[in-house]
Amino acid sequence: MLQAIADIVRLDGAEKHFGAVRALNGVDFHVGAGECVGLVGHNGAGKSTLMHMVAGTLRPDGGQIAVRGNAEASYSVARALELGIRCVFQELSLCPNLSVAENTRINHPALAGFGWRRKAADLIQTKLDEIFPDHGISADDVAGDLSIGRRQMVEVARAFTLTREPLHLVILDEPTSSLDAHTAGQLLAFVRRFVTSGGSCILISHVLGEVLQNADRIVVMRDGKVVAADAAGAFDRDKLVAAMGGAEGHQKAAAETTKTEVGALRVRARPARQQDGKELVARAGEIIGLAGLAGHGQTDLLLAIFSAASRAKAGVEVTAPVALVAGDRQADGIFAQWSIAQNIGIRSLQRLRNGLLISPQREAEFADFWKKKIGIRTPDMNNNIFSLSGGNQQKALFARALGSDAEIVLMDDPMRGVDIGTKLEVYDLVREEAAKGRTFLWYTTETEELDNCDQVYVFKNGRIVANLGRDELTEEKIIQSSFGDAA
Amino acid sequence: MTAIVPGTVPKSSPRGSGARARMLRSLLPALSLALVLIAIAWLNPRAISYFGFNLMLNLAIPIALATIAQMFVIAGNELDLSIGTFVGFVGCVTATWLRDAPLIGVAVLLGSIGVYALLGALIHLRNLPSIVVTLGMSFVWQGLAILILPKPGGKAPDWLLAIMSFKPPYIPFPILAALIIAAVVHFGLMRTSYGVILRGSGGNAAALRRAGWSLLRTKIVLFALTGLFGVLSGMALIGITTSADANIGNGYTLLSIAGVILGGGEFVGGRVSPIGAVIGALTLALAASPLLTFMHIPPDWQVAANGAILIIVLAARVLISRRER
Repeated sequence: MLQAIADIVRLDGAEKHFGAVRALNGVDFHVGAGECVGLVGHNGAGKSTLMHMVAGTLRPDGGQIAVRGNAEASYSVARALELGIRCVFQELSLCPNLSVAENTRINHPALAGFGWRRKAADLIQTKLDEIFPDHGISADDVAGDLSIGRRQMVEVARAFTLTREPLHLVILDEPTSSLDAHTAGQLLAFVRRFVTSGGSCILISHVLGEVLQNADRIVVMRDGKVVAADAAGAFDRDKLVAAMGGAEGHQKAAAETTKTEVGALRVRARPARQQDGKELVARAGEIIGLAGLAGHGQTDLLLAIFSAASRAKAGVEVTAPVALVAGDRQADGIFAQWSIAQNIGIRSLQRLRNGLLISPQREAEFADFWKKKIGIRTPDMNNNIFSLSGGNQQKALFARALGSDAEIVLMDDPMRGVDIGTKLEVYDLVREEAAKGRTFLWYTTETEELDNCDQVYVFKNGRIVANLGRDELTEEKIIQSSFGDAA
Repeated sequence: MTAIVPGTVPKSSPRGSGARARMLRSLLPALSLALVLIAIAWLNPRAISYFGFNLMLNLAIPIALATIAQMFVIAGNELDLSIGTFVGFVGCVTATWLRDAPLIGVAVLLGSIGVYALLGALIHLRNLPSIVVTLGMSFVWQGLAILILPKPGGKAPDWLLAIMSFKPPYIPFPILAALIIAAVVHFGLMRTSYGVILRGSGGNAAALRRAGWSLLRTKIVLFALTGLFGVLSGMALIGITTSADANIGNGYTLLSIAGVILGGGEFVGGRVSPIGAVIGALTLALAASPLLTFMHIPPDWQVAANGAILIIVLAARVLISRRER
């Protein structure tokens, strides 16, 4: 019990799902008094989700959260603030239309009544002076006029200001991302002073050196789980990178995905015009390529599989829910008048519902999760889908399919007109999802993309003419089968 | 007029240009008002007098109140397209029930403010576009106004007539009223600690939620304030015109939006200025008919000329904002 009281915050088995995806998968995490915990992991590893939970902005779907040894049943932002837990979020959260002093007021309900303006200004000014000497920021400056680095300084300083509420734990999510080396050093030195004086801190950073030098303990996350946790001294750079995993290029991963076990049958389909006994078979965890010249029946087969999922169809057997990533995204994929968030959520409405209506909050959470996971580059998921570049629009369509409950994802040449960077990201995602047991049926006109597949069926005139395993796959063979035999 | 320049002279260079452009922009409403006044003085020097202002700014008080009402919703990134017909509805209630059965009249007016608060809650909870909701409501208010007063008529309560015909020494009443409205709202929205939260909800709603504030409450408060000032506007209007008409306020919707924007407000981002909004309303009231009459523009062309003035002033604002970037 003593141990529990020494903890500022402790999460046991914390879980969070966004749609079918587990962002946090049973995480145990704690921060002791007077401790600086470093938290590292790749994008989408679940760090931010975990921190939102500690700060009270997200509710866990499972598990418990305890603060200073007391289990908190209805934990919220207000409760977290009351208990002295604060968070500097990665996205800047100042109001650009308000002055520095007014922004300070927002975090302190106690700053009210006569003379609050002066009190707020003094409070933030003193803290800025303490953390960043010669910062050059005045409390009357409007936040929107400040440079991004200065805004970040204000935000950090604001988190450490003290009025009525206590201050025990500050979460710093990428606090130095917009600071130059000098100010970053000032901040980290202040964090050390704060920790020495008994405060606690969670430091999230992609700069591993910062974490290694300033944290007492380091927690490494991957895929919504804690994969390593030890004293900072036990890690060095290489060990951290190894623990984070997945950093090495996708080529290695591609070579590794040789399946030995046979998954459950997901799809068995025979094209309508197939005369011989050849059929397409896809199992759980497989990526199946559909190759051949464009327009030789690949899309028809995908659509047949898609409709067979809802209504029985001769020659096609489907055993799990299906989602389709359309190839012609303008005509078949995108709801042109809708926001990005709505475009992503449409396939998962069942889960976004609250009673009879769609919950805007869940929709926003769902969209934000996928924004991070798949890296959709937009300032606001409520923007119209056309505010995105083509590659990012396609990512949104992938998010729509991958976020759904579908175990089978049909891809109808989805990479048309998509830049190489986006392609590589999506390849990685597809392989990752396949490793988790999803089945992909991937029609593509680009032979290189077939390298990602476990099995490739070559189509010609609406028929399957060849079935190539991973190791027998070459461009030559595909071309040969596309043009060859039955004319 | 010096009160509209809140910022001091910028001290350091990096954000100096931004602050300067902002100062320029906050001066623009006063500048445009001054221009209109100078034009009037040049065309007809006798208009610049106690009596002249009383006459020219006759309708400025209800316009200023409606503009303030609009400013509150705009501060929360919403828009109220029903304010005009709402003012008309309030006018009809004022000219009938408020005179004949004051208790019912007061209850109806308070109830209509409550309806505004509920609209704010609805818009927030269901994430509805305020334009659609208030457009719908504008027909509701209009319909109610016609039910109450099918044809023009009614009479303002005597106490209201007495207030609106008040003649203070030296300062014309419309100017005094404008000063008071601007000062009260400026203090409430720009200086109090909850005013910061209200404006913050337009600036960065997510940040406010994370700091533990209720966005539902801010939206309700902003809409209720719009309702309150809408009621004041309708009553002031009837105090001046003495009788009502169901269509009396219809022009106020666009006038109030124009007044807010003319006064330096922006449609999104919680950037509004009560003093600017009042100045914007005065400018519009002056440019609307006195200036154009003095310019011998026939009434047929006055509406178009009014629009032209609006476009010129707003274009100047866009030019200044663009330089900010």
